Amino acid sequence: MISTFANPHRFMSVSKPAIPILFAAAALLIGVGVYQGLFVAPADYRQGDAARIMFVHVPAAWVCMAAYASMAAASFSSLVWRHNLADLAAKSAAPAGAAFTLICLATGSLWGKPIWNTWWEWDARMTSVLVLFFLYLGYMAIWRAYETPQTAARAAAILCLVGAINLPIIKFSVDWWSTLHQPASVLRADGPSMPASYLTPLLTVALGYLALFLAATLTGMRAEVYARRAEIMMQRRVAAEG
Amino acid sequence: MATDFPPFTLHVRSISAFRGYRRLYDDVSFALRSGEAIELRGPNGAGKTTLLRILAGLTQPASGEIAFDLGGSLADMGSHAHFLGHLDAVKAGESAAAQARFWAQYFDAPLSAADAALSRVGLEKRQNVPGRGLSAGQKRRLALARLVMAPRPVWLLDEPFASLDIQGRELVLDLVEAHRAAGGAAIVALHGEGLPNAQTLDVSSPSVGNVEPA
Amino acid sequence: MSDAFRPVRAVFMRELSLAWSGGGGAALPLGFFAGAAMLTPLALGPAPELLRAAGPGVLFIALSLSSLLPMERLFQADLEDGTLETLASSDVGLESVALAKVFAHWTATGLPLALLSPVLWLMLQGSEAALGYVLLASVIAGLAFFAIGAIGAALAAGVRRGGLLIALIALPLYAPAMIFSASAVYAAADGRSPVASLMLAGASAMAALAISPFASAAALRTALD
Repeated sequence: MISTFANPHRFMSVSKPAIPILFAAAALLIGVGVYQGLFVAPADYRQGDAARIMFVHVPAAWVCMAAYASMAAASFSSLVWRHNLADLAAKSAAPAGAAFTLICLATGSLWGKPIWNTWWEWDARMTSVLVLFFLYLGYMAIWRAYETPQTAARAAAILCLVGAINLPIIKFSVDWWSTLHQPASVLRADGPSMPASYLTPLLTVALGYLALFLAATLTGMRAEVYARRAEIMMQRRVAAEG
Repeated sequence: MATDFPPFTLHVRSISAFRGYRRLYDDVSFALRSGEAIELRGPNGAGKTTLLRILAGLTQPASGEIAFDLGGSLADMGSHAHFLGHLDAVKAGESAAAQARFWAQYFDAPLSAADAALSRVGLEKRQNVPGRGLSAGQKRRLALARLVMAPRPVWLLDEPFASLDIQGRELVLDLVEAHRAAGGAAIVALHGEGLPNAQTLDVSSPSVGNVEPA
Repeated sequence: MSDAFRPVRAVFMRELSLAWSGGGGAALPLGFFAGAAMLTPLALGPAPELLRAAGPGVLFIALSLSSLLPMERLFQADLEDGTLETLASSDVGLESVALAKVFAHWTATGLPLALLSPVLWLMLQGSEAALGYVLLASVIAGLAFFAIGAIGAALAAGVRRGGLLIALIALPLYAPAMIFSASAVYAAADGRSPVASLMLAGASAMAALAISPFASAAALRTALD
């Protein structure tokens, strides 16, 4: 019992001050990065001001993939070492990761309107991100479907790992499919040859997103720990009365 | 029932288990040897079923250790114990004989053992009846046939008398007696009248840890 | 065959006979598959060139959805009646049991679906030259769909009304098999070589069959715990 609660106690005391710091850092970094991207960085020579949406779009794509990777790592440690907090971390990261996936899809769609003159283009990257969004939905659905949290945690962890193993296969197949069906994408703004005036705001926003993701995940984890404590107290009371 | 098992000992040390977040027990320890039987006692919700499922390898204990020493070497309980739970594992659309033969093949026992087991549990006249045509007691007998057809040293029986008539209860007692006589052992969760010559383990008692002689 | 496979063979044969017996419902997905294909010209119109263009895609969408239908009861029935816990108490291993069940249900339902596929293909104005490839691609895609569906089935086994959950879990994972099998059929219909696509579809099916038993068995052990 002591080993079960030692870590959550430490987690609760560390996470409490960390959350406001992370939220503040997120607001600052995203604010500065978006300002730089929208007003300081030069307009793209081909796409004009429309390309500026990449400063919210591309970091969202990075963070939604990083979020899934972190969920897979947490799921692995939950399955192998039965670490209680790892379940909660993966569970709480999912809605935040799904939100960034949705931001990525929505901003990609907005970007597509002036460039391709359509709200949705079945571009290989966008299609892969859409599949990732469905993996997030399935993961969250598993947590909701089970009544006992211990069972839900293990089922969700298995699904998360299956998704992580399949993601590279899906990515490869979608790329292959895309080259088969259409010419190379126009959305090629990101790449190693990007000028520093683009790269700095991109990285700043990405760090801001990361801080926001961590803050949201930690907030969710704290709520889960409180909910679990309430459940334990309720079950103890019922047991004491019965 | 002439099969003899090599002498064995099941060592159970300091098993603890939870249901949800509530601790059921934190130190169940006992040893079970060839020819012995243990009655599990305790009110509903005390964790008798959980303990049997832990021993069968279906549920992981929160802590503790199970060592099964079979003829001098450690063996896996899952494949050396028969677990008979509340569910009979009877399929509605398959005849009693077909189901018995399936389990004989799955447990790698001869097909003739399946037919013999059906006779032993009193289902020889019902062997062509599909599962949906069997009464609750007859389904229970079909489940009991699995214990007989493939000899395994340890039986883990969870309220085996459920839905059985008086003859059915006699049958269970006879089967357990014969199993013990052949060198097997059994752990049986029970309410009401008990097994002859069995030790008692009350999982709800605060001092679980010792098996007291009956 | 060596005797070590006797328990797994028993599981396979029993699943097959249960699936084909009265309550098994192995034929229902066939009716669903044919019905979905019948609705296609009603929605698109009977123009042959349009059907020829859309037919392969529609055929594989219908095949993937039909493959999901047997999944809800694949493990759930065994979990509910206690068969699964009895199967688990053996050194056979739930991995082998899961694989045997997938192959049995694929034989009972997936193979008939694949055999129906060329018939529906002709009704959707597909070319006769591609018939063999349609059958082959349906066999390969069906194996992948069943293997992936089994993971969803195992994860949803302990959930009431798990059918929709299985679909939500499995459909995104269907992407590779869907892409390569449909593109093989499009290539064959256009007179191009479908071999590369078929091999990639086969690789997707192999990957699915390799992952499925382990993920399913882990999920089933969770459901039993």
